[in-house]
Amino acid sequence: MAQAMPKVDVVLVGFGWTGAILAQQLCDAGLSVLALERAAARSTPVNWATTFDQDELRYMWRHHLFQNVKYSTLTFRNNIHQSALPMRHLGSFLPGTGVGGAGIHWNGQIWRWLESDFKLKSHNEARYGKQATAGLTLQDMPVSYQELEPYYDMFDKTCGTSGQAGNLSGAKQTGGNPFEAPRSAPYPTPPLPMTYGPKLFEQAAASMGLHPFPHPAGNLSQEYTNPLGMQLGKCTFCGFCEKFGCGNYSKASPQTTLIPYILTKPNFELRTESEVLKVERTPDGRHATGVTYIDSAGIEHFQPADIVALTAYQLHNVHLMLVSGIGQPYDPATGQGHVGKNYCYQTMGSVDVFFDDKLLNPFIGAGALASVIDDYNGDNFDHSGLGFIGGAYIAGMVTGARPIEMVRVPDGVPKWGLEWKHAAKKYFLRAMGLSVHGSSYPQAGNYLDLDPTYKDQFGRPMLRMTFDFPPNDLKMSQYCTDRAAEIARNMGASSVHAKPRKGPYDITHYQTTHNVGGTMMGESPADSVVNKYSQSWNVANLFVTGAGLYPQNPGYNPTGTLAALAYLTADAIKTKYVKAAGQPLVAA
Amino acid sequence: MLALSAAVSGAAAAEALSGHDGLLGGPSETLTNTLPWRDGLADAPEAASAGNWRYLNGAEVGFLTAAVDRLIPADPTGPSASEAGVVVFLDRQLAGDYGNGAHFYLQGPWQKGDTTQGYQSRFTPAQFYRHAISAIGQAVGKSDNGKVFKDLSADRQDALLKQMETGDLKLDGPITSKAFFTMFLQNVLEGYFSDPIYGGNKGGAAWAMIGFPGAHYDYSEWVTAYNQRIPVPMVGLRGRLAWSRS
Ligand SMILES: Cc1cc2nc3c(=O)[nH]c(=O)nc-3n(C[C@H](O)[C@H](O)[C@H](O)COP(=O)(O)OP(=O)(O)OC[C@H]3O[C@@H](n4cnc5c(N)ncnc54)[C@H](O)[C@@H]3O)c2cc1C
Ligand code: SF4
Repeated sequence: MAQAMPKVDVVLVGFGWTGAILAQQLCDAGLSVLALERAAARSTPVNWATTFDQDELRYMWRHHLFQNVKYSTLTFRNNIHQSALPMRHLGSFLPGTGVGGAGIHWNGQIWRWLESDFKLKSHNEARYGKQATAGLTLQDMPVSYQELEPYYDMFDKTCGTSGQAGNLSGAKQTGGNPFEAPRSAPYPTPPLPMTYGPKLFEQAAASMGLHPFPHPAGNLSQEYTNPLGMQLGKCTFCGFCEKFGCGNYSKASPQTTLIPYILTKPNFELRTESEVLKVERTPDGRHATGVTYIDSAGIEHFQPADIVALTAYQLHNVHLMLVSGIGQPYDPATGQGHVGKNYCYQTMGSVDVFFDDKLLNPFIGAGALASVIDDYNGDNFDHSGLGFIGGAYIAGMVTGARPIEMVRVPDGVPKWGLEWKHAAKKYFLRAMGLSVHGSSYPQAGNYLDLDPTYKDQFGRPMLRMTFDFPPNDLKMSQYCTDRAAEIARNMGASSVHAKPRKGPYDITHYQTTHNVGGTMMGESPADSVVNKYSQSWNVANLFVTGAGLYPQNPGYNPTGTLAALAYLTADAIKTKYVKAAGQPLVAA
Repeated sequence: MLALSAAVSGAAAAEALSGHDGLLGGPSETLTNTLPWRDGLADAPEAASAGNWRYLNGAEVGFLTAAVDRLIPADPTGPSASEAGVVVFLDRQLAGDYGNGAHFYLQGPWQKGDTTQGYQSRFTPAQFYRHAISAIGQAVGKSDNGKVFKDLSADRQDALLKQMETGDLKLDGPITSKAFFTMFLQNVLEGYFSDPIYGGNKGGAAWAMIGFPGAHYDYSEWVTAYNQRIPVPMVGLRGRLAWSRS
């Protein structure tokens, strides 16, 4: 029998980016908040100090900060005709674990969606006709860019994002992204300076009439104090950023922007090594009474709360919904049900660029150091006759050059032997990659459900992922990677190797940790799992955050938008829900 | 000092912090109205030990030394893999957490699976190497008149490695030569290019070959120094590599 704990107003399941955002907002509104985090507390000086952080083997390849699949994994197959098998080693995506979540080892690439990304289905059908979306289960979001803008701005101010605005309240700004939706304020800090590789990209793209701008970065170009009084330092371009913690307090993370503030609040508690197993409900199933969690001693506890918020990573939120029996699981055979539906990813292409006569020194880098163009993203270009919708941003990006991962050799050079060795020596300082960061749109056979065979360490069915790239997205990747290769050739490269994304989806090679969908938001229970405030249609005191809310994934990194949605949720709880506790905020 | 609702201190607190990589086992703790600052508990890396082989037997050392030096051969541009210490690296990795499968899910049921589904063996990496190397030894014995891999010509060794890379070398038992080669090449690159603290990349020689200056944390003054050599001395996690004796 689970031990009952003292009741709180709000229990948060997971303490990464969205858990920290809700904690700060709801504590400041006077609610008592408890965050349950499945793994340990972590902090900059203890866990990723500059004296030992620059360790590619331990952090990247031995997964020191990532979820350990020995204890928590999922099963995977490409399509419903295969047997799903456990992901026995991490590869394609690297979920976080422990306080700060994946916000510790993210890159800090901070994006907003285009206005049309919020109305993806209706926008594309209006412009290209209904056949343009055939075979894709796209959906519009129930919120607009305009509604979300103040919350995007809050996240930028929390992080101190470095960048150059392209559109300030409708006025175009030189040097920024001309395609972006209007922002109410400039970026809090100026853009990062460019190293040589991104500079060459910028010059080539501009010479072709494209519109390069500095990638918005949570790696700060200068010292910054955020509205909560948290101080961040200036990025030193250490190049151990993506997949590593920042030893320098220069990367925006829950630890640098929110957690020290939250931890001094008397109405906040953080309980570590406490993994939530299930959301508990009243007998009629309409109301969450709290959660059951297990601590590292193996003792189960019942934590009562008036509000339950699933702030675990997208995969874990979907899993918790399914094992708790909340909402109807999606069935691809009938198309019925929404939990697990519209699982999407990110369709990543790339171009390797080699120079015989230029030293790029790519070890000087930062997680979001890039010059980027948005000309081929979303619906920023005419898709008539192209046979696909969606797009990608193309970035001349140098996150660093960790040599196990990033020794690049030209096309045709073998992967080992003397010829490889000579190419590795010749090109390590003279090569870079262009990232083709593409959209991922849903199709009926891509989804998440419970595995019929494999059980996790607590005896629950594992999450099962069924996913392959839709033909639409492969065409998109080919087209956008071809455009990137044109830019590469204009950079004065001696050789160029274009690598559009090809199917089938392979879970072994790192692509991105941008898993989305499965708890999507929508207009009504007939099309979604939660409403625009991320409130469950079935259980009114249950809220769900994260990229699971997306019905599809635009060609941007997810965190800017999921953070903005978390601020919107917090606002709805503070201003609407507390006055109507237990009530749906949107009529079903 | 930290205010914890459960009394957690000293060794127990250290253990809690070592739970960072999701190894449950540290005590659960409740933090309120406090900052989680602790003294003297830096999560520093553990260096490879010196001395004799920890995991590999003599035949395995023989095979691996020959094979890694075909993957990264000796020549004037830089050390061969074994000269850089890659076999020592592999031994220490296989003897430690990696070899024991500390970050692998190894429960059944087991099925062969598709390549897109990745590693599907029931073996830990250490067991996987042991079985694969023994099966390769048998296959080579049959194809090459009872000879062992290390005694074959370089050309013949290359031909066999190419067959492993494509999976054409058929092995008895559950491990395919392709699955082994994939893991092996990855581990060899890890040994060659990781920090010297782990036993490979001796003296930073592999980094020196490609021009990687190592474990620096601040390149601020070189950000816009375009198209020129960056004159910083190479450093590893134990400091200036020119100073260290290993
Ligand atoms: C290498 C890498 C690079 C990335 N780069 C970028 C980038 O540049 N830009 C971008 O936009 N995004 C990036 N991302 C993605 C980004 O990290 C995530 O979008 C973001 O962290 C999601 O926030 P979250 O709150 O949903 O989840 P997280 O921040 O992951 O937090 C979830 C927390 O919940 C905990 N948890 C899970 N299950 C349970 C349970 N049952 N009980 C208790 N606790 C639980 C986890 O341990 C974790 O701490 C990157 C990710 C990775 C791994
Ligand atoms: S590149 Fe900058 S922000 Fe990233 S880890 Fe290094 S110092 Fe921190």
